[in-house]
Amino acid sequence: MKIYRLLPALLLFTAFSINAEAQCKGFAKRVCLPLLGNYTHDGNYHAAILVEGEEAELYKTFYANMDYRLAILGEERLPGVRFRVYDSSRNLIYSNEDAEEPSVWDFRLEASQQLMIVVEVPRDSSADRLPTSGCVSIMFGFRVR
Amino acid sequence: MTRSIIRYTALSAVLLLLLPVVTGCRSCGTKPEEREPDMFELREADKRVLDEIRQAERIFRSMPSPLESAMLIRQAEARFDRSILNPVENASNYTTTRSMALNLGIYTCNLSYAGLYDQTRIIIDYMEAAKRMAEGLGIMDAVSEEAVQRLEENINNKEIIMDVVAETFMNSSSYLEDNEQTAIAALVLTGGWIEGLYIATQLVDMSEFEDNMLVSTIIDQKLSIGILAELLDENRDMAAIEEVAGQIDALKAIFDKITLTSTPISTEVDRESNVTILRSEVQADITPEIFIELREAVADIRNSFIK
Repeated sequence: MKIYRLLPALLLFTAFSINAEAQCKGFAKRVCLPLLGNYTHDGNYHAAILVEGEEAELYKTFYANMDYRLAILGEERLPGVRFRVYDSSRNLIYSNEDAEEPSVWDFRLEASQQLMIVVEVPRDSSADRLPTSGCVSIMFGFRVR
Repeated sequence: MTRSIIRYTALSAVLLLLLPVVTGCRSCGTKPEEREPDMFELREADKRVLDEIRQAERIFRSMPSPLESAMLIRQAEARFDRSILNPVENASNYTTTRSMALNLGIYTCNLSYAGLYDQTRIIIDYMEAAKRMAEGLGIMDAVSEEAVQRLEENINNKEIIMDVVAETFMNSSSYLEDNEQTAIAALVLTGGWIEGLYIATQLVDMSEFEDNMLVSTIIDQKLSIGILAELLDENRDMAAIEEVAGQIDALKAIFDKITLTSTPISTEVDRESNVTILRSEVQADITPEIFIELREAVADIRNSFIK
């Protein structure tokens, strides 16, 4: 791939990203944070502009004897965000695909574990348009049992 | 070939000129995303390049926040000891980006620890120290006057204290992420995590080493140090990170001496609460000698951070 061919697209991508990144924080605080309900937000901030068809991975250790709520939400203009949770050996633990409330997952662990969360913005490949981009926010809440 | 370069350079220049229009025109009648196809008639090749950029995978490495670290200490039923905190008087010593970032994490952890143990007399002092570090880093809205006031008015309400701490920490980290200061954000997380580990290791009574909940919490940090090492590795081009990354690598070598094995995770959903329970059993093996080595290494790192 010749580098000069990347320049126009890279600039275009950057142009839309600059404004969007700043708006992402507002979305995360205003819309995603309330999904944590009566769980205490851990204070970490994970949000990014994702494009339809793009995936993101998150690695985090979760501790025994704590109740956790994971909240993952994309902006309205994006199709419903899918997420899957794997253990450290990449065995699937949870998928939100058939969940009644697909934006949140409540869980607790008998022993502390490092988990991987894969977030995907699905893409309709049959649609005759450029893929949409938007903010996706990932938040964690906890409470002691 | 030369023509292609000229064509792409010209397109880049046009886009560069249009950047302020695209990013700054918030009050224009048409939304930017609606104008995109008209303004830039992307040809197939450009779409392909865009697709390749989109495929770039985003990876987040999430460390326990200072609030979570303090919560783990509290949950292990450890005592409160003010003498092991970083004195707020030290705040004036921190003038470099590195020291302010590390101590923003450290003071936020101290604040969380004090808040969870109802140490009302020192909470505001530690909030002010964290605010000073954030402002030194150029994060002006991290700790608002409103947040300090809310804290003062609810000094006996643990839940509100935790909310305020979480909000101010998120303000700092989101500011740093939005401004592409990920290396500084990584230093803040490192400071907070090391401080939590320092407090925990200092509070362990060696005469009650066996079946000690706090020791179990410390062993669990073996699961996080790899994430931290990778987070720092990604930002190693910053001089201040290089030194800290070396310290964390050395600490990881000690954690590597601890054996931690887990059975596969099985899941079960509690139908009443809709909570998924992740069942597994973990076996950990740590000797008092390794623990003491770990405690000393953590103290050395932490003391180098607060110097």
